[in-house]
Amino acid sequence: MSGPAAAPRPAAIRIEGLSRNFGALVAVDHLDLTIPAGSLFGLLGPNGAGKTTTIKMLTTLLPPTAGNAEVAGFDVQRQPREVRRSIGYIPQLISADGALTARENLMVFARLYAVPRHERKERIQQALAMIGLVEVADTLVRRYSGGMIRRLEIAQAILHRPSVLFLDEPTVGLDPVARRAVWEHVKELRARFGATILLTTHYMEEAEALCDQLAIMHQGKVVAQGSPAQLMFEADEADTLDDAFVYFAGSAIETGGTYRDTAQTRRTARRLG
Amino acid sequence: MTPPRRDERPGALVDGTPSRQPGPLRRAALACRDFTQQVLVIAWIETKKIQRDPTELLTRAVQPILWLGIFGVVMNRARAIPTGALSYLDFMLPGILSQSVLFIAIFYGIALIWERDLGLLHKFLVSPAYRGALVTGKAVSAGIRAISQAVIVCLLGLVMGAHLRFTPLALGGMLLFIVLGAAIFSTFSLIIACIVKTRERFMGIGQVLTMPLFFASNAIYPLSLMPDWLRLVARANPLTYQVDALRALMIQGGQSTLGLGLDLLVEVLVLVGLITLGAWMYPKAIR
Repeated sequence: MSGPAAAPRPAAIRIEGLSRNFGALVAVDHLDLTIPAGSLFGLLGPNGAGKTTTIKMLTTLLPPTAGNAEVAGFDVQRQPREVRRSIGYIPQLISADGALTARENLMVFARLYAVPRHERKERIQQALAMIGLVEVADTLVRRYSGGMIRRLEIAQAILHRPSVLFLDEPTVGLDPVARRAVWEHVKELRARFGATILLTTHYMEEAEALCDQLAIMHQGKVVAQGSPAQLMFEADEADTLDDAFVYFAGSAIETGGTYRDTAQTRRTARRLG
Repeated sequence: MTPPRRDERPGALVDGTPSRQPGPLRRAALACRDFTQQVLVIAWIETKKIQRDPTELLTRAVQPILWLGIFGVVMNRARAIPTGALSYLDFMLPGILSQSVLFIAIFYGIALIWERDLGLLHKFLVSPAYRGALVTGKAVSAGIRAISQAVIVCLLGLVMGAHLRFTPLALGGMLLFIVLGAAIFSTFSLIIACIVKTRERFMGIGQVLTMPLFFASNAIYPLSLMPDWLRLVARANPLTYQVDALRALMIQGGQSTLGLGLDLLVEVLVLVGLITLGAWMYPKAIR
């Protein structure tokens, strides 16, 4: 390593004044956030807080209404293709094709990401080994359990060695055993590839177990940021992260999230469960 | 910890391309290669699905069978529609083939809504693949499905005594126009799916569109029989050019009334226009 040990890590994600409106609704409201390279960062918040909208803007799926953001050093609006080349994304919904086998699913993405032909088979095999699906690699994904599908999606997202990974509620609908298996794989991703990981979750236990930094979003803004311990301390010395979450996000029932969003989330949970 | 190899470093270019920028020609060549590869990947997915579940291809054959076996037989006897030197069966066969291709393609957009609801679409759109390549890949996929219809309709036509032409040129041209037709209407369907976003609305619009497109064309009667206003509509309908070309290519003694060159030009221009529009609309499907 060169340079002084105390030098700050470069930012993998830099967000400045990012906003997104849907008509009169302000989903993300002048968001400022810097996520250092190599960190495992958790974005928490109640339904409709703006987490998924933020991820959609950072992954170039949605243009911001105002402000700007850089991911892996590239501007999401001016350099969307460079951003896409540098990131991996696991959406909240199921993104593996049930009509194909795991190997075929991986092959599709290896080719879409232009992984060189001579490396494709080896990388696919490595990815399958890493997530423990070698034995069932040639089984149709529609026969997989929820945990297996999520593991496959993790493998799909890392085939091209992204520097930033986005995981949108990666364990929604999974049982505790499958959830822990996903956690282990997420930790391994960071250890092995040094990727920066931004994940959203509703599970405080997950945030505490995985993330070294957290931000709590509420009504499109970051209302608190820090390590899990810091957040609990700042939340009037809350006993648990759940209490800290309620302290910052409020206990009122959220009005955010559309009927369609809810239906999709429940459908995903049912498919994975 | 041992530092990873260059291509394993986060964010490193996967093909290990040196940091020196390639020239504009090389960049264009690489973009073309990537575009083609991405189109082929999307089409490859479709071939896998057809291989595993060919039942849809068979059920889709019912409609052309009914049109040829009932409507065709009756009208052939009645000789009510002047079709020049061709028998009515020979005249309508390319029309029914085009119709069955249209019916498959026009509902193709529902797959986009399905993929959007699942989350597959999000994943495709976050990949560095060109939007145009994703849309073209879908169009080619619809073309692949349409070829199976051509086989079924031609076999049926042969059984009923149609006079088909089997020269390599005719077969090649026929294949080209079938794929073009399927690509046009599937891309049109994809654009509608991007706008309406729900399955129910999409099915309604699909039903509303198919019949006008079919009847306002030269599929089952010649343009010369139409009143002026309908002829104008038919001339603006890509299905007319597809039928016109297929009639000239696949039927012995069949002739193009509009000219094969014009047929091809119109079909290609419409497809390019729709794919351009589709590539722009595609990301909007998830918003």
